[in-house]
Amino acid sequence: MPFSGKEEIEHISGLARIKLTSEEKSHYANELSSIIDFIGRLQEVDTSGVEPLYQVTGKENVMREDENPKILENLERDIILKQFPERKGDFNKVKEILIRKD
Amino acid sequence: MEVKDLTIEKVSNGLKMGEFSVEELQKATTAYAKSLNDLNAFISYFEPNNSLNRGNLFGVPIAIKDNILINGTVATAGSKILKNYISPYDATVIGKLKEAGAWFMGKTNLDEFAMGSSTENSAFGPTRHPLDRERVPGGSSGGSAVAVASGSAVCALGSDTGGSIRQPASFCGVVGLKPTYGRVSRHGLMAMASSFDQIGPITKNVKDSAILLSAISGKDRFDSTTADKEPEDFTKYLTGDIKGLKIGIPREFFGEGLDPLVADVIRKAIEKIQGLGAEVEEITLPHTEYAVPTYYVLVPSEVSANLARYDGIRFGYSEKEDSLLEVYNNSRADGFGHEVIRRIMLGTYTLSAGYFDAYYVKAMKVRNLIKRDYDQVFKKFDAVLGPTTPTTAFKLGEKSEDPLSMYLADIYTISANLAGLPAISIPCGNVDGLPVGLQITGKMFDEGDILNIAYAYEQNSK
Repeated sequence: MPFSGKEEIEHISGLARIKLTSEEKSHYANELSSIIDFIGRLQEVDTSGVEPLYQVTGKENVMREDENPKILENLERDIILKQFPERKGDFNKVKEILIRKD
Repeated sequence: MEVKDLTIEKVSNGLKMGEFSVEELQKATTAYAKSLNDLNAFISYFEPNNSLNRGNLFGVPIAIKDNILINGTVATAGSKILKNYISPYDATVIGKLKEAGAWFMGKTNLDEFAMGSSTENSAFGPTRHPLDRERVPGGSSGGSAVAVASGSAVCALGSDTGGSIRQPASFCGVVGLKPTYGRVSRHGLMAMASSFDQIGPITKNVKDSAILLSAISGKDRFDSTTADKEPEDFTKYLTGDIKGLKIGIPREFFGEGLDPLVADVIRKAIEKIQGLGAEVEEITLPHTEYAVPTYYVLVPSEVSANLARYDGIRFGYSEKEDSLLEVYNNSRADGFGHEVIRRIMLGTYTLSAGYFDAYYVKAMKVRNLIKRDYDQVFKKFDAVLGPTTPTTAFKLGEKSEDPLSMYLADIYTISANLAGLPAISIPCGNVDGLPVGLQITGKMFDEGDILNIAYAYEQNSK
């Protein structure tokens, strides 16, 4: 599978939400191209009839009672609020997510 | 009290016998660590604490890798994006160590978000090798390994996704243990690759490794991948008797790329273990050569998902921009370092439409084959031995421009993470004054055997 370089990098950096300069784009295009060649070696391996191994625990659907797990019982609320980049009272202020077009 | 020679046992005895007080110990430890500031092993130091629990680790100074959360303190993960981040809770391992009475002396340097094999990728500058300042200590838990090797900390916690505990332990001449996946809770460890990450101890000797593992392991309701195992005392396995244990030596671990001088040291160590009564035989792990490429599909894929949370919205570095999209794009571009961006990009690519089956699903199938290789071997053998790393500590800057050569520094350690197995690195000699590590890999949840083999070797090599 060929890696087409700068255009593909543009697409990926958009998906990853990382803005790259033009210089960085060519830099990562080169680096990723050699890494992608390297991982391409996996195509040599005969995996017919082999199931993918997602994780090694063998556990499936770990369940718990439908109750408040109290994961946050010791959480320091103030520490969390103070770290909002923009705060209004106890709310985290973010840029608008829907833009009206009229 | 000689700070640099302290072990957990010596601290406990010293305090019990009144040779020194907790206050004196804490002052002396911090002063000693700060006198070695040029190593850049620590990102932050903690104040003395005179209200420690009187548990079995009472007063023991422990250094903590800076991707593990301690309530109310800064946790950077070696990244600019979390430079001022304050943990709002304790990691499960931290809660357990507090219970046991340990004293956290400081947070240690690491490759950004634990991505790297040299600790050069930290936003806070590289950590240096304690025996040669021009060399790297390994990584990503380089700060923790150096804290212990230099004698600043009695012991430390690191995290291991592809060798990040064992490889720096090997380079620095200390003991590093990656537990079985699921043995230790990951709650409060900043996620890098969730199906691989494990927290583990870095210590001066094997007994301390067993003590620390006993303290931090166990099922945790906050990490549903932890195993249903009761906490146990791993020191009970340290009998030093390894007669009749069956040990396999994978021929793939002695191939191209292994420094012949390192190979000699490892062969001598294996002969010694054979001399102690273990039965040693050559084995094969045929898919070994595909471990690194498999890892560099699966880990970046998990990384690209796990690091999506650093978006400049709820915490961490955030750039003021006019639109939401620009906040994401610019905060992440300026907050992340080079290696982290490289892996996010790679993982985004391997998970993207059209490539998912060819890379991600294919790599999970090869992961299964690698695990089956080990399953096969462990039907007949109790442990697998070999080098931890192909070379001793390399020079600063030597591999930082070539990501692939850096990735190959973990060629022998990655398989244990792919298969979820426990593995320990112990010092077993030197090449040109630089330490060599022997890696012992065991069956799932058989930390007992590998700790005992390590202990037997250690006791007989003094």
